[in-house]
Amino acid sequence: MSNLKGRNLISITDFNKEEYLQILDIAEGFEKNPKQPILNDKVVATLFFEPSTRTRLSFESAANQLGARVIGFSNPAATSASKGESLHDTITMVSSYSDLIVMRNPIEGSSRYASEVASVPVINAGDGANQHPTQCMLDLYSIRKTQGTLDNLQIALVGDLKYGRTVHSLVQAMCNFNATFHLVSPTELKLPSSVKMSIKEAGLKYYQYTDIKDIIGVADIIYMTRVQRERFPDLMEYERVKDSCILTADILKGCKENMRILHPLPRVNEITTDVDATPYAYYFQQAQNGVYVRQALMSAILGVR
Amino acid sequence: MKKELVVSAIENGTVIDHIPSNAVYQVIRLLGLEKYEDEVLIGTNLKSEKLLRKGIIKIKNKYFTNQEINKIALVAPAATLIKIENYEVIDKREVEIPDHIENFVKCMNPKCVTNNEVVPTRFNVVDKSDLKLRCHYCEKITTKETMRFTE
Ligand SMILES: [Zn+2]
Repeated sequence: MSNLKGRNLISITDFNKEEYLQILDIAEGFEKNPKQPILNDKVVATLFFEPSTRTRLSFESAANQLGARVIGFSNPAATSASKGESLHDTITMVSSYSDLIVMRNPIEGSSRYASEVASVPVINAGDGANQHPTQCMLDLYSIRKTQGTLDNLQIALVGDLKYGRTVHSLVQAMCNFNATFHLVSPTELKLPSSVKMSIKEAGLKYYQYTDIKDIIGVADIIYMTRVQRERFPDLMEYERVKDSCILTADILKGCKENMRILHPLPRVNEITTDVDATPYAYYFQQAQNGVYVRQALMSAILGVR
Repeated sequence: MKKELVVSAIENGTVIDHIPSNAVYQVIRLLGLEKYEDEVLIGTNLKSEKLLRKGIIKIKNKYFTNQEINKIALVAPAATLIKIENYEVIDKREVEIPDHIENFVKCMNPKCVTNNEVVPTRFNVVDKSDLKLRCHYCEKITTKETMRFTE
């Protein structure tokens, strides 16, 4: 077991495979018993330089259930950063008030920089289009929980595979576990070649499709993302392809019994509500798992697990 | 050597040869030679076997560390460094692209922290033959085509 005390989590590549598994094991303990006063002498700072209610509440709920005090801000307009204070100065100040910093900031690379400035560990809660490693870890947790393993799975990724950062991180992470990837997207939104390259470099296989119906029978996990109209320069093209990445209860007939559907949320219309009542829907539990994974990360980094 | 000495010889110092003609001024800037107070001799558009038209810079009484000089490999990958003492060549080698690059290249990503806060840039060179630099902060790739230098 490696000691994660004092470590930063900025990018998914900051932890190795064993360290991920270690966090997932700790998170299982919190799922069984989420309220444990093990951080009651700690202060966690949540610095949200852009609003993200879902992620912030998940971190704050995780910290509160472990007894930590939470300080921070969720509205950058109310902070000194809006008066022109440098990130360097804000982080230096907050370091002296807290034991751990959780930061979300639309500026890419800001979390890595904050971790170099801060005298306490930093967890990246999203830096623009770059990284959002705790989302990736809760995805891994959800996959392991529903499949009993992370190894040798058939992973289908559906929707906007070009811009979806959660998709890129998940592919990178699953490359450690001998996955086979089934990539479903409109041609305009295919997985970038750099990410496909990492699949090849890991010696693994991927297959590309344009219609979700083609992967229903093979997938162990269907990871859904939203296809945004703004991504299409041509509205006609959007209208033509938009239904090919929508999951309905009807389409699900013929899927594997163990198959589960994940989605980073919020969803719009890419999963119709009639799917919610099927045994395959897992996206709401997935969000719930985020709290256990964040509890595991905070307690490991603060050295109490 | 004699044939190459189109620009007059120096007694002691460094000769940087085989610079592409259009990169001579970039090399001067990268090495901070605008501020150098001793003699600097500059030749451009010289005939060359290795390059169609080459540039050459001779810097009197100045020797560089590898770290100082290797950054010019980004704009002049075929450059040769010649150390001169008493009009004699005492060392000759080609520049090498370093593994890490700090400070003088800009990140191509306008949303990168290095372009939005006062943060010096840092890159890992992920491909030396087809120049690719990965930003230490935003993780985006800067290529030869998107490369700009800091002021
Ligand atoms: Zn950058």
